[in-house]
Parts: sequence; C-alpha cells; structure tokens
Amino acid sequence: MPELSINGERHELAASVGTSLAHYLREDLGLTGTKIACNEGHCGACTVQVDGVPILSCITLVHTVEDREVTTIEGLRDHPMVNSFVRSDALQCGFCTPGQIVSATALVAAIPRPSSEEIKHAMSGNLCRCGAYPKIEEAISTWQD
Amino acid sequence: MARLIRTEKEVEGRYTEQWIVVDEDVLEQWPAGPLETVGRPVPRADGGQRARGEARYTADIKLPGMLHAAILRSPHAKARVRRIDTARARRAPGVRAVLGPETEPLTGEPAYQGAPVAAVAADTFAQARAAVSLIEVEWELLEPLLDPEEAIRRNELIEEPSREKRGNVERGLAEADAVVEAEYRTQTVLHNSMETHQAICEWEGDDRLTVYISTQFIWGVRGEVAQRFGLPEDHVRVVCRYMGGGFGSKNGAGDYTYIAAELSRATGRPVKCALTRREENLDSGNRNSTIQRLRVGARSDGTLTFLDGEFVNATGWDGWLASTGGPMRLLYACENVRTVEYGAKLNTPPMAAFRAPGFVEGTFGLECLLDELAAKLEIDPLELRRRNHSTHDAVDERPFSSKQLLECYRRADPHWERRDEVRARSDATWKRGVGLASQVWYGGGGPPSYAWVRIGGDGRAAVITGMQDIGTGSATAMAQIAAEELGLPVDRIEVALGDSARGPYATISAGSSTIPSMGPAVRAAAADAARQIIEIAAQRYDREERVLSLKNGQIVSSDGGSWPLEEITGLLESGQILGKGSRGPNPTGMRVLTFGVQVAEVAVDVETGEVVVEKIVAIHDVGRVINPLGASSQVEGGIIQGLGHTLSEERLLDPSTGGNLTQTLDAYKIPTIADVPEIVTDLVDVPDEHLTNLGSKGLGEPPIIPTAAAIANAIRDATGADVRSLPITREEMLRGLREARERRREPVGDPAA
Repeated sequence: MPELSINGERHELAASVGTSLAHYLREDLGLTGTKIACNEGHCGACTVQVDGVPILSCITLVHTVEDREVTTIEGLRDHPMVNSFVRSDALQCGFCTPGQIVSATALVAAIPRPSSEEIKHAMSGNLCRCGAYPKIEEAISTWQD
Repeated sequence: MARLIRTEKEVEGRYTEQWIVVDEDVLEQWPAGPLETVGRPVPRADGGQRARGEARYTADIKLPGMLHAAILRSPHAKARVRRIDTARARRAPGVRAVLGPETEPLTGEPAYQGAPVAAVAADTFAQARAAVSLIEVEWELLEPLLDPEEAIRRNELIEEPSREKRGNVERGLAEADAVVEAEYRTQTVLHNSMETHQAICEWEGDDRLTVYISTQFIWGVRGEVAQRFGLPEDHVRVVCRYMGGGFGSKNGAGDYTYIAAELSRATGRPVKCALTRREENLDSGNRNSTIQRLRVGARSDGTLTFLDGEFVNATGWDGWLASTGGPMRLLYACENVRTVEYGAKLNTPPMAAFRAPGFVEGTFGLECLLDELAAKLEIDPLELRRRNHSTHDAVDERPFSSKQLLECYRRADPHWERRDEVRARSDATWKRGVGLASQVWYGGGGPPSYAWVRIGGDGRAAVITGMQDIGTGSATAMAQIAAEELGLPVDRIEVALGDSARGPYATISAGSSTIPSMGPAVRAAAADAARQIIEIAAQRYDREERVLSLKNGQIVSSDGGSWPLEEITGLLESGQILGKGSRGPNPTGMRVLTFGVQVAEVAVDVETGEVVVEKIVAIHDVGRVINPLGASSQVEGGIIQGLGHTLSEERLLDPSTGGNLTQTLDAYKIPTIADVPEIVTDLVDVPDEHLTNLGSKGLGEPPIIPTAAAIANAIRDATGADVRSLPITREEMLRGLREARERRREPVGDPAA
C-alpha cells in the first residue's frame, strides 16, 4: 500500500486513482479545513503545502504526492500566523482563510520579513471575495509581533 | 406591558409597513464616542475557528447516509425539452434517485442558460455528475431575447415600469444655464461568494424537514420551504452557523434547496446539493447590467434645476427592479426630478440583490454626470455638491433622522486639495488625477428582531438569536453591545446564532440591516438581564437598586462596595438569568439614510489605456460605530469589490446564443491582493439621536456605492476623458481618450456652447 505523510502522520493511501488531494483530505480523512471553492485551480482556497511548497490540492492527484510531506491548515493551527490573521482582522467570511494562511506560512518560511511586493507576489493566487487583502498584508507583515 | 404599533421597515430600498410589539422600557442612547467595549476595536470572536479551519460551513457538513445531488442544466438560453430519457442515468453506479422536468423547480421549458432541467442523487458527487451526463435530451431550440432595449420595445418587462417625479422637469430645463446629457452603461457582475450556494435537506418522517444552508436569512428560507411543502413553519429547522459569503445572492431558499428537499424525500436520505463554481456563475444571481440616459440642468452658480433619468435594467428571466434611479431622487436638493426605470425580461439568468442593488449602478451614472456638469460650469466638483446639499428628503418632505454628509465633505477637503500635487506627478505617459463621488443609501434596519441573553452561574453570558454572521463580524458586534450593557469583558460573552430552532426571529443579513436591527434588540435583552441582576443584588447586599450598577464584571455600589458578578449568579447554581429584548420602531415620519464620500487617486497610461487606482479615501456616516476594526474591514471589502466592478469584472454572454463565456475564475476577473490600492477609512461616528437605543446604521453596502464614479471622475481629472461604461477596460479608456482629443481639436468659442 502506498503511503503519504499528512501533518507529520503517515497514512496508507487507499484512495482510487484519479482522486484529487483536496477530495482525499476532505472526504477520506475528514480534514475539512482545506476548502474547495472553484475545484479547478483558479482561486487558491484549497492551498496546502507539499514539502513546504504551496500547491493547489484541488488539481493535484493524491497519488502524485506519495511519500511526500503534506501540510494542511490543521498542521498549522499553532503557527503564529493564525493569531496574526485574527489580530489584524485579516478575514471576513473566512472561507478562503485557511488557504491564505497556508500560502502565508510558506512565504514567511522562505522570507521571514517579506516586503509588500513580495507579499503581493506570493499571495496573488489566493482570492478573497470579501476583500480582506489590506489586512492580509498587514497580518503577514506583523506575524512575528 | 406590550404595546402594538405600526412602523415602516426597509430592506434594500424597498419599504413595507408592519405591525410590531414594543416593550415599554425605552433605553436612553449611550453617550457618543468609545465606551468600555462599544466603539473600540475588537478582533472577531470566531476569527480563530475560521482561521484554523475548524469552522464548519455547510460545505463541510456530512450527515450519516448523505447523498449528493447533481443537476442537468439547460445548455440553451431558450429551449423546450421534446423528449428526455433518464433510464441510463437511473442504472448508473451509486444512483438513488433521478428527477425530471415534471418536478418543480425543474423545468422542461428553460428560459435561460443554466436553468435546472433534471437532477440526480447518488452516493458520491462524482457518481451524480456522471449520471447527469447520461441523461439524454432532445431539445427544441427557440430564439432567445437577449437585448434589453428590444425587450422594452416589445414590452417584455419583469414588472410595471417605475415612474417617479417631483416638480416639473420642463420648467427646470427652461431655468437651466447649462445642460449635460449623457448615456452611461454598467455591466453584469457576478457575486462569486467563495462558498458556492448549497443546502443539505433531511426529512424526519414526511412532515419535518431540517435544512443546513449557506444563507443570509435562515427565517426567509424557513418560510419559503414551509410554504412550498405545506409544512408548519416550526416543522422546518434551518441552520447556518458559518457561511462563506453571500453579498445579496443568498437571501432566499433557491432552486438548489428545493431540489435537495425533493431528492431527500424521494430517497429517504439526507441530500446535499452544492453548486459548482461554473453553476454558481450561471444561475445564482447577478448584478444586472444597466443603460442610463441621464440629463441634468443647472444655473450658472451650480444650483441644479432638474434631473432626468431613464434607466433600463437587464433584469433577466426573473428578479425585481432594483432602484437604479434611487440616487438621482435622494442625493441632491433639486426641485424637479423625474426617473423612469424599466426591468427588461430576458432569456438570461435572473438577477439577485448584490450589495446596494441599483444604487451602485445609479451612483456611477449620477455622480459622473455631476462631474461632467461641474466641468461645463467650471465649478469645483466638491463645491458643486455642497451647493446642492439637501437638508431633508425631497421625495416626501421628510426630515432625515441624521445626516453628516457636510461633515464627510469637510473631512474630504484635505484629500481633495491634493489634486494639484497628484496631477503634478504626471509625466508624458502616465497622467494622474483625483476624483470624488458622494454616497446615499438606506441602512436603518427595522423591526422585528429579537434576542435573548442568558447568564449562567459562572457569570458568563450568551446572546442567543436566530441571526447570521455572513462574514461581516456582526456576531462580534453583538458581543460588544451585550458586554457594554452587562459591564462584562467581551470575552465573557458567547454569541449563539444561525439556528431557527435555537433562538428567536432575527433580521435578514442584507440591506446593511444586521447591526441597526439586531444591535438594539441585543442591548434591550442585556438590559433586561442586567436589571434582574441588580434586583437580586439589591436584596442580597441590602442596598437600593438605584445605587447599584454593573462594571468590569462586578456589581458596584455607589457607596464603594463591589462584588464579583459570580457571587450573585453563583447563588443560582445551575439556574440562569434570562433577559429578552426586541428591536423598537423606526423614528416616525423621518427618513433614515446613510451618507458618505470617497476620493480616488488614479494613474492612467494614455498610451495603453491601463488604469491604476493608487489610493481611495472613504468617509462615511453610518451613525455610531460599534467595532472600528470590523468596520474598516467592511469598508475595505466594499471598495475592493467596487474596484473589481470598475476595472476588471464582467460577465460576458455570447450575443447570439446567450451562453455565458465567463463561468470560471480565470475568465471572470475578481481583484487579487496585487490590485489593491492604499485605502484610508474615516467613519464620522456620530450616533443618530433618533434611531433606536444605539444610534447605529448599517455599513455593509455604503462603501461599494461611490467607488466606480470616484475612479471615473479621477480619470477625467487626469486625462480629460469621459469614461461612461463599466468596466473601464483599456478599450473603453482608449475610446474616452480619443474622444477627448477630438473634442480639444474642435474650435473653441462656439457661440452655441
């Protein structure tokens, strides 16, 4: 049985071929923190990290991440970025927020103090229809405070 | 004693009269300005749950035995089902039920692309979708009506045209020293809430139904579902704990809910019906496009002598006539005003309310027209607006309950005065300029709305009410209001909402009404509970009630004594103190409106037509502000949606077939973080002394209203070009620049001008 690691836990991969990673996380494992908003790779709501790199889980087949380390919002709940988002009011309806935080934590892992330009570049694939963007930038700028 | 009175209620600009029961005790408003909790920034109460992915949206709910629905939607804008064969779909793996056009709301005569024709319930969504593709339909194609002007000519209308007038436009025309006439157009825009429309329906026997739904109005859904299935309303339970955005498109039950309910009845299992993103962009509502033919006349001193507007709303197959003429009637003091509004019934998907429906569109036209007039009269645009400021509602001569628009203008002055400095930063290619636009909207809320406050032995309080928090932070505001009244820190308040079986009736989360409707009810409920605590404390500590008050979690006596609240509530052990409150009437004979002004700074590349919005200052009067942090988020969100409407968003239909070409989020361009300008929020924050025990109005809609016109007016300031059509694509921008160049080449001093 192939395996993959999710938030540091090994899982036997019993999903049928053709299952997306987002579907596997939500339906098979009950990890519903990862949201699906477009299901075709346009909005970023389903963002998770694979070996620390943000990817769109709705257009990633789960079998392509065998033996890799997948990090979802459930694995990032204690990251200071979460409180920074809440403190800055960087969310409204919150549906895109887990994806935003997954992208933001990957960004600050690479660049701990990103510039405004770097934030805009790294985060422009995560759509937020409520328009929490100014405060998302603030949350990422102040995450270490 | 309960008292029965008649009062006026407004939602999205539509007024109704209704009876309400009011309590005798009327609370005095709190003093203006920040209090202990109210008026101070508080991070949203459920922010952690949402941010950590713990919040369960309708999309995350999975009931035991739950089936998934998929819908066959009409690929044609107008067609008839000649023959439909569902046999192969019924035999497909996992399929539990198939419904055809004979079951409402499915239809064999779809009148727009995306109308639901048949539906399947299966063990998985993938199976349901696969089965849908096996349904064979023989279509008879019919000629769709897609052009709104043609629909008006044929008298294909969604409802009777709305004709309103005051004074005499012809007289105003005769009195005018200058007249400006222009046609403005706004596009169809799509809500694109991140959580698509969805519902789970579960029958309990054949006469009780539970609906989990992503909605802005659990009570509206309850009523509609009960009526449709002939059930007592209390036999329908509607639940929406968290929801992922609505913006007006989730005000009712919708076809998907009825389809889930029918499939659940057919299978005896709970059924989820969740729209895909493409279905969302086909058939979940839209802000309809408009054509606005406007005229304004003024004396040489800028005094408006008339306003005249003909508005064509491309309403679609269903919906209602959003008040595109509303701003023209409400914003300025002008004796002679005439508006005619048409709703074209077309073979296009039905419109739905979208954040200030009608007013966003109408303000674009009106406020661009005002600037074109200002240019013609050579009067400063802000000064022109000041000269036509209205002191009362000229529609029916009512006084405003409060109006701080002149204060908004005063605060706009320093930003407006930056024009020379901003223009000076222009170079050969990039031209810079500043523009502004005013805002008027409703937002006073109204009754009925109820809340309960429950205080336990541990001295913690719960606000219990059947309202929704659709992402606006309304739950946090309610916690602040209860905390203020109970003298408790805000983290000792829980807000339980979103379940029609576990709380009293509450307002729709639309029309900027949640805070002005629910806030006063929550305060009244908290005051009722506080009164009981003081009565008990007076007995326990042998003091007079009038010397006792609640502060910082303590019962405080004016003689210096103080006792923790838990000392009293703890006496009750598992007992509780229960307070109840309701929303009182709106002020009699007054017009409750919100006002504001936005100032935009833009840069335009005159070679390519690229428009970059660099800064927007938003100054709004919404009465008392409960939570300045959440309020600034609402303002920013409204402006950013407005920015999308202005520059990038447009639903494109194939003009021959009526097919939607922009169903996906790569084709339909909503703003990203990289598109956002600097946004400055300035809320006047003066309580409306006539409105409820809070003096608060709503804020959800006002910020999106003036953004497009402020940007278009800044573009004119920068380049001299009149952009009159949304979105302002490069094509439209270059057209405006070309027209402006040609105008400049015309001889000046034309005696007829």
